[in-house]
Amino acid sequence: MMDGTQKFDDARTGEQKIRNFNINFGPQHPAAHGVLRLVLELDGEIVERCDPHIGLLHRGTEKLMESRTYLQNLPYFDRLDYVAPMNQEHAWCLAIEKLTGTEVPRRGSLIRVLYSEIGRILNHLLNVTTQAMDVGALTPPLWGFEEREKLMVFYERACGARLHAAYFRPGGVHQDLPDDLLDDIEEWCGTFPNVLADIDGLLTENRIFKQRNADIGIVTEKDILDWSFSGVMVRGSGLPWDLRRSQPYECYDEFDFEIPVGKNGDCYDRYLCRMEEMRQSLRIILQAIEKLRAPEGQGDVMARGKLSPPKRSDMKTSMEALIHHFKLYSEGFHVPAGEVYACVEAPKGEFGVFLVADGTNKPYRSKIRAPGFLHLQAMDHVAVGHQLADVAAIIGTMDVVFGEIDR
Amino acid sequence: MAEALNELGAYLELKQPDAVIGYEINHGELTVDVAPTGIVTLVEFLKNDARCKFSSLIDITAVDYPSRDKRFDMVYHFLSMYQNHRIRLRSQLREDEMIASIVDVHPSANWFEREVFDMFGILFSGHPDLRRILTDYGFRGHPLKKDFPTTGYTEVRYDEELKRVVYEPVNLVQEYRQFDFMSPWEGAEYILPGDEKQEAKG
Repeated sequence: MMDGTQKFDDARTGEQKIRNFNINFGPQHPAAHGVLRLVLELDGEIVERCDPHIGLLHRGTEKLMESRTYLQNLPYFDRLDYVAPMNQEHAWCLAIEKLTGTEVPRRGSLIRVLYSEIGRILNHLLNVTTQAMDVGALTPPLWGFEEREKLMVFYERACGARLHAAYFRPGGVHQDLPDDLLDDIEEWCGTFPNVLADIDGLLTENRIFKQRNADIGIVTEKDILDWSFSGVMVRGSGLPWDLRRSQPYECYDEFDFEIPVGKNGDCYDRYLCRMEEMRQSLRIILQAIEKLRAPEGQGDVMARGKLSPPKRSDMKTSMEALIHHFKLYSEGFHVPAGEVYACVEAPKGEFGVFLVADGTNKPYRSKIRAPGFLHLQAMDHVAVGHQLADVAAIIGTMDVVFGEIDR
Repeated sequence: MAEALNELGAYLELKQPDAVIGYEINHGELTVDVAPTGIVTLVEFLKNDARCKFSSLIDITAVDYPSRDKRFDMVYHFLSMYQNHRIRLRSQLREDEMIASIVDVHPSANWFEREVFDMFGILFSGHPDLRRILTDYGFRGHPLKKDFPTTGYTEVRYDEELKRVVYEPVNLVQEYRQFDFMSPWEGAEYILPGDEKQEAKG
């Protein structure tokens, strides 16, 4: 101890010796990645207790969903984890498809995979680079955001919105991709490895970055089970658990990709995992483009039926199609009664939806299971014993976004 | 897949006859109905039994059925990363009943149970820190109950004169728009303008 407690014991009163220091971290702290308020109890610079207060961004999504139709509920999912919107929609679509027994056409399924992986890169780019900013590097976010911007243009060209896409629909995706979009994505895939290498060069062997991340926030296998981690929080500790591989959904089983795992389970390994996952996502994107160009990849993007709108040309000529269109966008489709849980490997971990349908056009209850909720819950467990400055690094690699935690 | 789940359900029924009431498989998912009193022992069994090994808690939530005698369904989801299977436990609960907390078995249940308490008002006995989690400090009521209005009861705004945020009863400038799109022959209950008297007569 450098505070001289040994020598000058008599100079301090008893109260000074035992009193810990309480500080509020957030809700307006730039490293809190949103509106997180942490009540930290410090002993000097060491965190003794960490009590996250969440709910500052609570919008009552689940309550709102109970009074809206299934289709109207879809855009709420964009607003959960607004860093990778389409991955969330995916879970909702899967839940509805499970209940209605809808088969997604191959082209729709491939487009979903393509955009899920674009979403993963979007997320990891933001996370890796802003986490670097939390520990002191300013350049990575500037470089990363440039690529994010390009990816958002791909979002925009597919669905018209840069962020809140509402592109995945029950039964497929809303519209087919424009002709030249695949070429442009492929071209971007050629340039992106260089950007990744640049970011890699800035961070991976950076002395400060390593000192701030290596051996910080170590997560063991027991922690993973106790605190129900998922996603990179699991893989960073060496467990090769990825829903895309272990419980394949959509058509992930026909893609060739690897699942990177860490060795030590610290912040640095999680950073490495995310970097490698971006490279793997790039591989999946390229494969998806190839499959989309193949003859088997042609065709409709949506299962035509009660869930999807009729073709515009049909509407102009067929009375039934017109009625169907009107009913679909006013009353909405009905989903058979039942309970179902559907989940996807979102960039942050397992994102799931528990849907209780009662046979009407609105969900009776839908519970959104956000991975960040559980990761943040373990904050007290992971951060205790670390320095105050490490709290920012840990929050960063936990990859929390308050849209999904507070719902 | 369904066969394996069926076997697992039968296995649970055999091993934990006190807790398990029955099981069913729908859409490739195993749902086990559990007596509320047996939830902790069953969850502990699920976690430690070599064949189940449901090591991660995925989700805890509740569903409100106001018309039912046992008003709430408590729903638990578990995942086994080792056996690669999932399970759902469902337990019916009266409004005045408490359910035992499973925090001792799965520490991650802490926030989920706080959330269920916050949203439904269900109390968990043995929970170390049953505070509200998602709603505002000092919030009243339990929003996800079906009898709680979507608009809530209070609204906040910044008061220029008092120089602070004030809470007021909700004042809707237009009627809350709740469309009922059900076909008239599928049981929509419209009260058309002028029909209120008809209603009173009948």
